[in-house]
Amino acid sequence: MTRLELDTTIGPPRRLTTSEEGTIMDTQEIRSSFAIHANRRRIKEWILTKAILGATLVALGVLLYLVGSVLWDGLPYLRSEFFVNFPSRFPDKAGFKSAIYGSMWLGALTLVFAVLLGVSAAVYLQELAGKGRIQSWIELSIATLAGVPSIIYGMLGLGIFVRFFGMGRSVIAGALTLSLLVMPVIIIAAREALKSVPDSIRMGAFALGASRWQTVRDHVLPAATPGIATGVILAMARAMGEAAPLIMLGALTYVAFVPESIFDSFTAMPIQIYNWASRPQAKFHDLAAAGIIVLLGFLVICNSAAIILRSKWGAKKP
Amino acid sequence: MIHTHGSSILETRNLNIYYGQKKVVRNVSLRIPKRTVTALIGPSGCGKSTLLRTFNRMNDFIDSFHYEGEVLFEGSDIYRSRTDVTEFRRRVGMVFQKPNPFTCSIAKNISWGPRINGYQGDLDELVERCLRKAALWDEVKDKLNDSGLALSGGQQQRLCIARAIAMDPEVILMDEPCSALDPQSTLAIEDLIHELRENYTILIVTHNMQQAARVSEHTAFMYNGDLIEYDQTSKIFSQPTEKLTRDYIVGRFG
Repeated sequence: MTRLELDTTIGPPRRLTTSEEGTIMDTQEIRSSFAIHANRRRIKEWILTKAILGATLVALGVLLYLVGSVLWDGLPYLRSEFFVNFPSRFPDKAGFKSAIYGSMWLGALTLVFAVLLGVSAAVYLQELAGKGRIQSWIELSIATLAGVPSIIYGMLGLGIFVRFFGMGRSVIAGALTLSLLVMPVIIIAAREALKSVPDSIRMGAFALGASRWQTVRDHVLPAATPGIATGVILAMARAMGEAAPLIMLGALTYVAFVPESIFDSFTAMPIQIYNWASRPQAKFHDLAAAGIIVLLGFLVICNSAAIILRSKWGAKKP
Repeated sequence: MIHTHGSSILETRNLNIYYGQKKVVRNVSLRIPKRTVTALIGPSGCGKSTLLRTFNRMNDFIDSFHYEGEVLFEGSDIYRSRTDVTEFRRRVGMVFQKPNPFTCSIAKNISWGPRINGYQGDLDELVERCLRKAALWDEVKDKLNDSGLALSGGQQQRLCIARAIAMDPEVILMDEPCSALDPQSTLAIEDLIHELRENYTILIVTHNMQQAARVSEHTAFMYNGDLIEYDQTSKIFSQPTEKLTRDYIVGRFG
C-alpha cells in the first residue's frame, strides 16, 4: 500500500517519501487532478441548472401569457358598472354583481360548514379516536373522497340536498355541496397540522390530570391553528373556483337579483364566467375575461393570506 | 433493605412490563417511602424510565404496553378499572426530560392545570406561590404574561416543576429532569429538589450518578429490566452488595 501524505505547508511542491513502492503523486499532481474533476463537475452543473430553469420558464411563460391575455381583454370592462350591474343580454350593460354576491354567500356558508365539520373530523381522527379497523376505513374513504372529481359532488348534492332534503337550487344546497367537496382537503390539512404539534405538549397536559378533550381544546388546537387556517384558506380558494358541481346542481346562469336568504337561488362567479364565455358574441368573451380577473384577484388574496399566515405564525412555533 | 417508617406511598409487586413481546421490566418489587427522594439509576434501556412512567400511568399512551403484577398508590391498585386516571395523575405529577412548557404565558402555564381541575381559589396567588416554591419567582415576576417559551432551558424546567407543584400532588416523578440543562441550571434544579423533599415524595430517574448521590436518600439500581439493588443511597454508593452495582457505580459500564 502506498501511503500518500499531503503536504499542507506553504511553499513549492515537493516529492514526498513513501514507505513502500507504488504510485507517488506529489501535491501538485493531486491538486491538478482535483482541478480537472472540479471543472467537469462545474460544466455538468451549469447545464443542469439551465435546463431546470428553462422548464420553469416555459411554465411561467404560459401562465404569464394567460394572465396577460385575460388582462388585455378584460381590463377595459372592469369599470364600476361591472360591479353594480346585473347580467344583461346587452354586453355593454352586463355586470357581475349577482355572481359576486352569490359567491360571497356561498363562500361564507361553505366556510362555516366545512370548517366545523372538517376540523371536528380531523380532531376526532387524529386526537380522540383509537386505531381500529373503523378508523383506517374512514381514513381510506377520506383519502379517496379527496380525489373524486367535483362533478360527482354536484350529482351527490343534486340527489341529497336539492331533491331529498327539498332545499331546491338554493344557496344552502350549493354551500353544502361545496362543503362536502372541500371537506376531505380540510380534514387532511388539519390532521397534518395536528400531527405536527409535538407530543410533549400533550404529555405535559395529561400529566396534570387533563382529559384528552381539555388537552386538545386548550393546547393542541391553538398550536395547530395556523396550519389549519392555511389549509382552510386554500380549500376555500378551490371552492370559489368550482363551476361544475354548481352547474350540476342547477345553479342559475341568469340571475338579476342578489340572494337575500339561504333559500334563494343564486349564481356564482365561475358560472357567470362560463355562461359569458359560451356565448357567440365577442364582447361577452371580454366580459368573461373581466370576471376571470375578479376571480383571480380573489384567489391571489386567498393564497397570499395563506402564505402570510404560514410564515408569520410558523416562526412562533416552539 | 429499606426500612420504611410508616407506610410506603408507591409500591410495585412482582411487576413485569412488556412492550409488545419485549419484556422491559422484570419482576420488580419496590416500596417508595413517603416524603423521600428516590433515585432510579442504570444504563440506557434498563427500564428505569418505563418504571417511572408506570407510576402515573403515562404508559397508557403506548399501544403495545401491557403489564403483570401490581402497582399500588397509597395501598390501592392504580390499574384497577375503577381508578379515575385523570384524578390519579393530579396526585402523581410528572416533570419530563425535555422542558415542555405550554405555548402560553408563564402565569397560564401554572394556572391551567388547577383551573381545568376546578380550582376555586385565587389563581394569581397560586401562580406566585408555585413560582416561589420553584425558585423562579424573582426571575419572572415582571413578565408573567410573557410566553413560557421565552425562558431559558433551566427556567423552563423550573416552570414545569412549578406547573407540577400547582396541582399540589403527593408524588412528583422526574424523568431525567436535568439532562437537557447546563450545569448551572442543573444545580438550581437540584437545590429545588432538596427543598421539595419536605412536602413531596420525589422519584427521579437520572443518568448522572453524582446527581443521584447528591439529591436522593434511596437509590434503586436497575439493569436490563431487573431491579438489582435498592437501598440507602449512601450504602449503594459506598458499599453496594451486588457486583453489578459496584461495576456500574465506578463507571465500568453504562
